[in-house]
Order: sequence, then C-alpha cells, then structure tokens
Amino acid sequence: MADEIVERTAGTESLVLVGIQRRGVQLAARLASLIEEREKRPVPRGALDITLYRDDLQTVGPRPLVGATELPVDIDGKQVVIVDDVLYTGRTVRAALDELADFGRPARILLAVLIDRGGQELPIRADVIGKVVTVPVGSQVDVRVAELDGDDTVVVSPARSRGA
Amino acid sequence: MTGLGKDLLDLESLSAAQITAILDTAEPLKAISLRAIKKVPTMRGATIVNLFFEASTRTRVSFEFAEKRMSADAVNVAIGNSSVSKGETLVDTARNLEAMKIDMVVIRHQASGAARFLAERIESNVINAGDGTHEHPTQGLLDLLTLRDRWGSLEGKRVCLCGDVLHSRVARSNIHGLRKLGAEVAVCGPRSLLPNGAEEALGVTVFDRIEAAVEWADALNILRLQLERMTAGYIPSLREYNRVFGVTRERLERAPRDLLILHPGPMNRGVEIDSDVADGPHSLILDQVTNGVAIRMAVLYLLRGGRPDLAAAGSAAGE
Repeated sequence: MADEIVERTAGTESLVLVGIQRRGVQLAARLASLIEEREKRPVPRGALDITLYRDDLQTVGPRPLVGATELPVDIDGKQVVIVDDVLYTGRTVRAALDELADFGRPARILLAVLIDRGGQELPIRADVIGKVVTVPVGSQVDVRVAELDGDDTVVVSPARSRGA
Repeated sequence: MTGLGKDLLDLESLSAAQITAILDTAEPLKAISLRAIKKVPTMRGATIVNLFFEASTRTRVSFEFAEKRMSADAVNVAIGNSSVSKGETLVDTARNLEAMKIDMVVIRHQASGAARFLAERIESNVINAGDGTHEHPTQGLLDLLTLRDRWGSLEGKRVCLCGDVLHSRVARSNIHGLRKLGAEVAVCGPRSLLPNGAEEALGVTVFDRIEAAVEWADALNILRLQLERMTAGYIPSLREYNRVFGVTRERLERAPRDLLILHPGPMNRGVEIDSDVADGPHSLILDQVTNGVAIRMAVLYLLRGGRPDLAAAGSAAGE
C-alpha cells in the first residue's frame, strides 16, 4: 500500500497522510513510517475525528464520544491521503471529506483503506486497497491493530449491528 | 446515573461519570475554536432560544458562540424588550416560543428553580444558564475543566470559594461538581455571606480568615461581591471588605504553594480581587472564558435530541 501511495502521488513532496479515528490513525502512522523509510523524507501525518460530521447523529442513540482531530500541517495545495481501516457504506469518508474542506483546499485527496468490503451507499471508491473482502450484507468486518487491540488481525463475523 | 433526561439543570443531580463525560467531550471541541473555519455542522437545523431574564454578557455571548460553532440557529430574547415586560408568564413565553418549533431553551432567570419549572413544562431541552441563587451548571463545569487542565485530576485537590457564597449560584455548582470529582472544598468569607450551616449542608470546610484559606488551598475561586443582590447590610463597606477578605498579591505571596486563581466574572477590581492578582501569572481567568465556549458546545452536543443522552454518555465514558 505504501508503494502504491508513493506511485499514485508521484513522490512524497506534498504528501500528507490523515487517518480516521480510531484504527485509521494507527494505519496512517504505519504507512507514513514505511514511506519515510523508503523515501528518506519525513511524511506528515494527522488524525481526523469525523463524529461531529456524521449524517446519522439523530439516529444513533447515545452520543458517540468525540475524539481529537489533529492536522499537523496546512493542507492547502497538498496531496492528502485519507486512511481508514474498512471501507463499507462510504458515509465515514463523506464526513471526512467535509471535515477536510473546513481545514483547507488540498490539491488532491486520495482514499486508502486496508479492507474494501463493498456495499457502498455513496459514489465513493478507494484509490489504494489492501485487500478486497466479499462478505454478505449485515456481517461485520473488524480490523484489530496491535497499538489498540493487542494484535493485528481482521475479524469477519456475522453480526447484527452495522460496522463502520 | 438516571434522572437527567433531556435537560441540564444543575450539577447536584449529575453523577461523577456524567460530569466527566461532559469534560471529556469539551476537550476535543476546544480545537474547533482555533480553526480558520470555527464551525462544525453537527447541529445544523437545530433552533435554540437564549431566554435571558437577567443581564449577562459573558454567559450569553459564550452560549451564542457555542451554538454558532455547532451550526445551530440561535435567537436571543432579552427580557427588557419582550412581552414579559407586558406581564406574560414564563411558561406562556416558552410555550409561544415552542409553538415556533424550537429545539432548546437556554434560560437565565432571577428565580431559583426557574429552569426546572420550565423543563417540566415544555418538550424542548432546557439548559440552565443561572437561576437565582441556585446553580449555574455550565459555569461550574468550565471551572472544573480549567482546573482539570492544570492538574490532570481533581482528586484530593483543595479548592476554596471566596466571598459571597450565600448569593452565588456559581459557588453551589462548584461545590457539587468539585466534591463529586474528589476534590476537597472550602468556603471563606464574612459569616453574613456564607449559608447557615455550610459545613453540614454543603460538606465544606469554613474559613473565617482569608489568610487561613490561602494557607490551605491549591486554588482560590474568587466570587464576585454581588452588589445588586445586597438587599440588606451584609458588610460594613466595600473598603473594609477588601481590607479583610480581598485577595491581594501580599496575601498570595505568603501561600506555601503556587495558588491557582479563578474568578467567574465580572470582577470588582479592588474589592474581592486586586488587579495584580487578576492579571498575575497564576490567574486562569481568561482560560475560564475560553473553556466556557467548549463546555457549552459539549452540553449542546450531549443534550441534542431530547433523549436521556447525558446519562448514556456517562456510561459510554467508561468504555
């Protein structure tokens, strides 16, 4: 994925990786480290919490906790790669695009996801995909990362509630 | 954990978990006020009425900024030029506003209990922005946030509320909030300005001398001498009050540790607080004002929808 990001952004000159809270942040940090190792150049990374931009706050019951949004650099004119763990409905990415627009006007925004499970409800597609997983509607795909969950695994389970 | 439902009326009836959830929500919201575009779309389409029966600049402006930064539509009703001056009752005023399809009412009123009275009679969320001498919960919350920012935790810290505790809704909200989060609380002032039996009734230590309070405390929250509420002769004179109870640099220099200084405003400089204290290195007075906007954004966020969300947020904070 790191190679593909470098390829697609034609070098790392104006690259910024922005992870979506929460698992996307760890994935963005790992991708940034890999790119830094290869390109011998620092890659700024940020975190985006999209809670306040969700389109379903009216219906989700208890208010979800709000996390931190931290963008280390001005994103005007940059090539911003949004990083998330799972692409499903696309609504999280829609919220992330709205939030980024409040911070500036990047030259280009790309989407990188570890898992594309299909089922998008919006015209949103990933540019860089770790793995496409085809699962039935209604099942849940959870990415676990060592930093938060103790191990690196992807868990597919037939669950009732909808994932991210 | 239950009982709060759709409104924020006081801190006395909130649990420590609920208060912590509000503070934890306010923390990330602070950054929104630092952005170039100081606005998130969270409350798009929500209509809020700020119903102020008493003069207020800081609190009203703070609520209005909070509402705008959350993208709610806010209308200010100042009572001097409303139908209340023609004799309309509080409930009629609110029901008429509600008939225009509003979602929330932020109310400041001179009568203790006015916010609860209203909350029990209308569908909209009600936020108490100060009712008589009862409570001013968002001020209490922003004081808690300001101190927690400095200390990391309030557990075991000592906070003394100085001055006119009797008339102070800020004091009452602070006492409840601080004690729930594990701080020790004291009050200091002339006995005529302290509630009767404060020790037992409020669970606080009482100091008759400001020197003793300075010796004991980690932070002083210096209350405004509420001149407009002074119906009887509570104190001999402002000059004497300043001489005996005023927080001065000389008094602070004798403190065994660095004391943090809070004041809910508006300040009577030279009465309860001297200028070189208010503007001094340990003063958090302007941090309080900054945090006020974030606290009010957090409360708006957690209340919106008219469901028992704060209670739920309290349990979610334990995740």
